[in-house]
This record gives sequence, C-alpha cells and structure tokens, in this order.
Amino acid sequence: MSAYILRRLLATFPVMAVVAIFVFVLLRLAPGDPAALIAGDDATAADIANIRTRLGLDLPIWHQFVIWIGGILQGDLGVSIFSNLPVTRLIAQRLEPTLMLALATLIVAVSLAVPLGVLAAWKAKSLVDRIVMGFSVMGFAVPVFLAGYVLIYIFAIQLRWLPVQGYKPLADGFWASIQSLVLPAIALGTAYMALIARITRASMLEVLSQDYIRTANSKGLATERVLLLHALKNAAVPIVTIIGIGIALLISGVVITETVFNIPGLGRLTVDAVLKRDYPIVQGLILVFAMTKVFINLMVDISYAFLDPRIRY
Amino acid sequence: MSAASIALEPAAGRASSGLWSEIRRNPTIFLGCAILLVLAACAVLAPWIADDPLKHAPVNRLKAPSAEFWFGTDQFGRDIYSRIVYGARVSLIVGLSVAAISSVLGLTIGLLCGFYRWFDGIVMRIMDGIMAIPSILLAIALITLVHPSLTVVIIAIIIPEVPRIVRLVRSVVLSIREQPYIDGAVAGGTKAPRLLVRHVLPNAVAPLIVQATYVCASAIITEAGLSFLGAGVPPEIPSWGNIIAQGRVFFQLTPWVILIPGVFLALTVLAVNMLGDGLRDRLDPRLARRM
Repeated sequence: MSAYILRRLLATFPVMAVVAIFVFVLLRLAPGDPAALIAGDDATAADIANIRTRLGLDLPIWHQFVIWIGGILQGDLGVSIFSNLPVTRLIAQRLEPTLMLALATLIVAVSLAVPLGVLAAWKAKSLVDRIVMGFSVMGFAVPVFLAGYVLIYIFAIQLRWLPVQGYKPLADGFWASIQSLVLPAIALGTAYMALIARITRASMLEVLSQDYIRTANSKGLATERVLLLHALKNAAVPIVTIIGIGIALLISGVVITETVFNIPGLGRLTVDAVLKRDYPIVQGLILVFAMTKVFINLMVDISYAFLDPRIRY
Repeated sequence: MSAASIALEPAAGRASSGLWSEIRRNPTIFLGCAILLVLAACAVLAPWIADDPLKHAPVNRLKAPSAEFWFGTDQFGRDIYSRIVYGARVSLIVGLSVAAISSVLGLTIGLLCGFYRWFDGIVMRIMDGIMAIPSILLAIALITLVHPSLTVVIIAIIIPEVPRIVRLVRSVVLSIREQPYIDGAVAGGTKAPRLLVRHVLPNAVAPLIVQATYVCASAIITEAGLSFLGAGVPPEIPSWGNIIAQGRVFFQLTPWVILIPGVFLALTVLAVNMLGDGLRDRLDPRLARRM
C-alpha cells in the first residue's frame, strides 16, 4: 500500500507544476503590457515603469519565472499591489470564515444526503424514493445564489430566525458563529447534497441486489445491520469519491456564497482582487485553491485503498 | 471491416429510429424539450413580445409585480419581464455555444490522445493542471485579462470545460482500441485517420451528446455566476446574472428582482439536465439502471 500512496503522491507534482506555469503565464498572456494592466486605465508612464521594475517585469521571462517559483517554494506568494501586504498574510487573515463555511457545508450535506440516499435505495420506487430523487434532480439545477436569496428571504427577512448576512468569527462565541453559518451552508450545500444523495442511492441499489445481502436478510439479521454494515460499507467507494469531487464543486460555490452572504473569506478576497486586478493575490489564491483540490483528490485516492482492500494499483 | 459494420449497426439504427416518437414516449426528454422550446421561442421573439429592456423610467422605480409590470421593476424603473425575456438570449447562446465548441475541441483532442501515446502524455498533464483549478476562478481570471464581452465570457467558460470532455472521449477510445474489430481493421490496412472517424468516433458520440447537455447546463449556471460576481458579460447586457447582480442592493425591498430571474435560471438548467438524463437513459442503458 505504501508504494501505491507514494506513487499517487509523486503524481501530484506534475499537476501542480502545470498549474504553477499556467498561473505564471496567465498574466503574460494578456494582450498588452502586464504592468499597464496592473496600473489601471489612468496611470502615468512613470507609474507603469515603476510597477515594471518592482515586479521584475524588465527581466527576461525565464528569469522572472525562476524568481517567482523560487519564492513560492519558500512559501512566499508575493506582495499585494494595492495594500502592499504579503499575499500569504492576506490569505491567512481570510482563512477562518472559508474553512468554517466549507466544514459546515460538508457536515450538513453529508449528514443529510447519505441517510437520504440509503433510505431511497432501501425503499426503491416508493414515494420516499421519488421525493428524494425529485429533490436531487431539482437541487442540482438551483444556482447557489438563488438558494441563498430564497433562504435569506424566508428565514432572515420573513421569519427573522437567523441573521441576514455577515459572519461572526469563532472568537465571538461558538453559537453566534454557527448561527451565521446555517443559511450559507445550506445554500452552498444544496447542489452538493443532491449529488451525494444520487450517488449514494445508485451505489446502494447495486449492492442491495447482491446475493450476500439476501443471505444476510434471510438469516434474520436486523435491517439496520444489513443496511449499514453489509451494504453501505461496500457501497462506500463511489460515495467517498463523489464527496471528494464535490469539494471541488464547493470551492467554486464558496466564491459566490461569500458574496451573497457578505462573508469576508477567501472567496470575497478573490473577487475583490480580481475586480481590482491585484494579480499577485489572484495568482496566490488560484495556487492555494488548486493545491487544496489536488490534496483532496489525493486523499480520496488513498482512502480507496483503505475502504476497498481489493484495490491495489 | 465487415465485423466493424455489424458491430456498429444496432447502435446507429437505434439512435435514429423515430426521433419524434422517442421524444413523446420519454416524459423526461419531452418535458425538458418543451421548456427549452418555450424559452427559445421567447429568446427569438423578444423584440415582439417584450419592451425595451434598457429603458429607464424613474417614475416606475421599484414597482412590485402587477398587471402592467408582470415581474415588477428595478431601481431604474426597468421592466424585469422584458429584461428576463432578453436575458434568455444570453443564457441560451452561452449554453449552446459552450456545449458545441467544447464538444468539438474535446472530441478532437480526446481522439488524438487516445491514439497517439506521445501526444497523450503531454496533453493529459495540461488537462490535469487545468482541472485542478476551480472553474469559476479560472474563468474570472481569464475574463479580467481582457475587455469583457459575451465572446470573452464564452471562451473563459469553454477552457475549464474542455478537459472534462477530453477525459471522457479518451476513456472511450482507450476501451474501444482493445476491441477485436479494431485489430481487424488495422490488420486490413485501415489508416489511423479513417480508423478514428469510421470506427472509434461513432462509439464516442452517445456519451459525448449526454456530456454536452451537462456542459450546457453548467455553462448557463457559470455565466450567471460570473455576471452575478461582476466579472461576466458587461452590465449593460441584460443577462439573468446581471439582473440578479443589480437587484442585490435593494433585495430587502424588491426581492422579485432576484427571485424571478433566479427561478427562470433554475428552470432552464433543470430542463437541460432533464434532457441530459433522458438521453443518458436512452443512449446508455447500462448507466440508466444504476442512476
């Protein structure tokens, strides 16, 4: 198994290298002078020249890349053009809301969707099954911002149960923080839940038709025991895969959710940086998000080996 | 050669037999098509069935839905109904063009990857790299590099979609090339281009069509998301995402400005997905049993 893990680990290096080159080339691909692009529409020639030397844009391109990649390998993502603060510090400041949102969404989605999927498969073709499947088809079509605004309209404006927008940091108290995360987590989790419920049901249906399930049932085992220990455990690989793939879906959704709910996280940082063309921040964030995604894929692949000992690549 | 045509015949015959009766017999495809046809009609007939979507009328600011303004008005007194009708154009153009162009690109690259090992090695590393970047981030980063326009948005959405199609086509090619009839064709002296077009391509078409509908749905959602973030089509174009973005400020006062275009967006995506699900069940019975 350790050889398999090592091989998967090594395979992440070329991917990250491609991402790094891509992110670096991105700014150079822009038509015109990147320094002028960064300086904005009403910059003077002196401003542009100043930015050019500051970013090392007057050096040959390979030299620029070596400097840039060298910085990244030492954990230096550069300096924001507008605030002049290190990008790593800006990212660290905004990390908590995003991590809390992602975690809350993961918990809400998995704890609702997996049981619903199991239930739908167990009672296949029943009314419950139809409702769950109907939800999963619809849920996948609802864009994050629509879900967000509908939830705000019902639970914050009409019923006044929860805050309309904003994020309370953990330092302000655990419950206040959780309260500010309930609506964003449900909004962000809708499509994710739909996806997980659908795959759980499909995977469970396949396992439930196997002979050993009939054997387990006929020897009088309790239904829950058969469903959870015999069926769900064997249906787990596709479910874990989709939970992992779904996290990638979440990252894109986080950017929009944070805008809807005014949460000062990494998503908001990205949008603000993009609108201000603060390229070092955008590059840094793309790298961090891509690294997260690659890491999650790695974890999913490794978890296969534990969930299904038959898998040996 | 003859083995290949026998193997392909049933698939080709099934796909083309009575398209209309096929649509009527399958309620999912029927409903999806019906919704999309109504939307397409709205988009085409927009100048005749809607007012000027850009007309500012300060007298009519922030009006609730009524007989005069079916879906209310926004903070500039613009008629939301007219804006939604015109917005259908943007969503459908984005959805269709992204689906079509990324399918063609993905198909070409995927076929080549499946057949030429050296090409595969390089291209798949690039595809893996692109797939590692969350699609909406990649799209906004690309859009901000140039002056935003509808074309730029379409290109920016296509780039992250292509690798998904390349992977799908490549996996089909890799499984097909192990089939005995391919060996037969090779032994019979068939050259690679003909092999790809005559023997491999037909097998990739069904999964590709299904995937293209999902790409279409995801492109429509991504465009709306980009516009919502202020990084999509220029704000003067009435797209559903732009209507929603401009309604954010007065959401508490005029929730309809966000909720109604949002429902249209969800309905469109739902219709495209239903069409995709229906086609998948029809074209790939093996998957249908599982999902």
